[in-house]
Amino acid sequence: MTLANKRAVTAYSFLVVPLIFFIGVRFGPMLYMMGMSLTDWGLLRKTLQFIGPANFEKIFADPVFVQSLKNTARYSLFGAPTVIALSLGLALMLNVIPKGKGVFRLIYVLPYITPVVAVSWVWRWMFQTPPLGVINAVLGAAGLPAMEFLNSTTQALPTILAVNVWVELGYCTTVFLAGIQTIPDEIVEAARIDGAASAQVLRKIVLPLLLPVTLFLTIIEGIQFLRIFTQVYNMSFQAMGGPLESTKSVALYIYQKAFTNFEMGIAASASLVLFGIIMAVTLLQMKFFDRKLDY
Amino acid sequence: MNRNRIGFAALLVMILAGAAIASAEDVEITYWQYFYESKVNLMNDLIAKFEAQNPGIKVEQVTFPYESYQQKVAASIPAGEGPDIANLFYGWMPLWVKSGWIQPLPQSEFSSDWFRKNFYLFVAESVNFDGKNYSVPTAVRTLALIWNKKLFREAGLDPDSPPATLDQLLAYSKKLSKYDAQGNLIQAGLLMQPSGQGHSYIREVLVRQFGGVPYSADARKVSYASPAGIAGFKWYTDRITQDKVGYPNFATDDVTAFKAQKAAMNIDGSFRIATLNAVKDLEWAAAELPSHNGVKSNYASFWTNGIVDGVKGKKLEASIKFLKFLSSPEVQELWLQKIGELPATPSLSEKYKNDPVISVFLKGLASAHATAFVDEAGQRTLLVDAVDQVALKKADPAAVLKDAQAKEQALIDAFWK
Repeated sequence: MTLANKRAVTAYSFLVVPLIFFIGVRFGPMLYMMGMSLTDWGLLRKTLQFIGPANFEKIFADPVFVQSLKNTARYSLFGAPTVIALSLGLALMLNVIPKGKGVFRLIYVLPYITPVVAVSWVWRWMFQTPPLGVINAVLGAAGLPAMEFLNSTTQALPTILAVNVWVELGYCTTVFLAGIQTIPDEIVEAARIDGAASAQVLRKIVLPLLLPVTLFLTIIEGIQFLRIFTQVYNMSFQAMGGPLESTKSVALYIYQKAFTNFEMGIAASASLVLFGIIMAVTLLQMKFFDRKLDY
Repeated sequence: MNRNRIGFAALLVMILAGAAIASAEDVEITYWQYFYESKVNLMNDLIAKFEAQNPGIKVEQVTFPYESYQQKVAASIPAGEGPDIANLFYGWMPLWVKSGWIQPLPQSEFSSDWFRKNFYLFVAESVNFDGKNYSVPTAVRTLALIWNKKLFREAGLDPDSPPATLDQLLAYSKKLSKYDAQGNLIQAGLLMQPSGQGHSYIREVLVRQFGGVPYSADARKVSYASPAGIAGFKWYTDRITQDKVGYPNFATDDVTAFKAQKAAMNIDGSFRIATLNAVKDLEWAAAELPSHNGVKSNYASFWTNGIVDGVKGKKLEASIKFLKFLSSPEVQELWLQKIGELPATPSLSEKYKNDPVISVFLKGLASAHATAFVDEAGQRTLLVDAVDQVALKKADPAAVLKDAQAKEQALIDAFWK
């Protein structure tokens, strides 16, 4: 065996371990779930019957599922672009300040490294209606009327969304900042010598060169917001995704079907729908952003 | 080194032999309940007592956090990893019995006559499905009006005379509510928490007090959206929309608000006694639920013990003995003393007639109804959402309640079809 072959064998044998793990805990259950979505599997049911696409007909006829689809669309349509735009702006500004970059970066990344459950509960308490919530106390002191926040069918979803944007901001800013710092100074300098204004440098050089990073973040954040669960579970009252289903995401719907109603077949088919949506959105984003870059 | 090995081998042989001897004589059964410290401690004492009375039987207690308890049980029993005896909420039993995971109790030990003679009627009815009895409780719970004496004094009310009728309850709750300069409620006169005990208070108390009947006698037809039932429901929602004496999730939830002394009155269960007693500086008391039109009503519920399907032979015999023990008068009294839940056998409560708190919850039993749930979580959500529709979307109470009734009927029909 040549040295190169030996190396390859070693590399393969190391790669096999995570592969087994992946097949065992990811792909295996996923295929099983796809099969189960066509059955009437219930945790407490002693028989299992193949029922074809009946589960899918059932969930699409369920107004709660349709509502959770709409909510999920809202989370991702408003959430992901907001995070991307805000974090890009923050990263650009962090890049130009001469001092304190590290401190700012640390502050922005703190929410991201804090456990989501803790973050959710702290914000939940701050968003309380009077006499408890800090935010309403501030509003009251400023003479403004109190807001309902999580207690309102129209404000609850944006409230949870805002918290999640705040959490994701640190991560995206850090990645964007790293991306900006990899842009060769020569290119920027050459552009300036040619007389490019700052806005032109940004539009013609920085943003195009950040495209791969932006693509990566858009996909990651798109997925993040499409499968939002923990924040909704912890911030809505009694973890129900209310009031009146106004904050329920598809992931929470799946969880409730599986572990409150024990309807695993229904939960599996809803999971498959969510999987399909995430897959489609990701492919679309890749098609849209993934153009050949020409330095 | 060698000696060590020999010693280790000898020890191993002894352990294995010991285990073999023990398993030849002893039978071990497993009991599952959710984690609630006082219950777990008492159960350990009870198990020690039971094992002393029944040599050869070992009982192992396993507990899980309340939040994940039902999931654990549901995932474990069908997988064959579950307990021999499971402690389940009575409202979950229909599903468990229908799916065949809980076996009927033997007629010889647990006949319907025995149930009717020794337990409250609602217990005897709730554990019976198609003529067979499936489980037996130790204790039962009822609702009462609880109030904060300090806040009563602050509002100039006599802290020792709680409202006795719905009209008085309304007047008191208005006096006890406080608002800030902008009109925000900062102290709730009466807590309105449908997701807590509120949905049962509407179903079994208000609907009945206004002359309605929530369900048909066989529990297969929902009937709370009658004109009388709607009046009862409206009494509840009017307190939120018109008088603004409380609203759902005020200060997170009713228990938190009451413990934080941000609320003067609440409708809560006897299972809360220990929790409230543990709060420093909280002066609270309990009274019978206010009556209306001379009608008293209450909601009763209980956790109950069933034997899992597939348990047989010596384990079944041991499980039956343990269930008998858990439902014995001796255990029921200990349960009341250590946990605060009421004895499931009526005669045992005589002694507590004069206890200021317990007697109140006991009185509630005389007019108590246990809702025959088929899907406790689903049915609860329907009424929680109905109240939210009125409170948050200004929907018409009558239309909302009719809609909830139709949806609940669909749940019940789907269950029994």
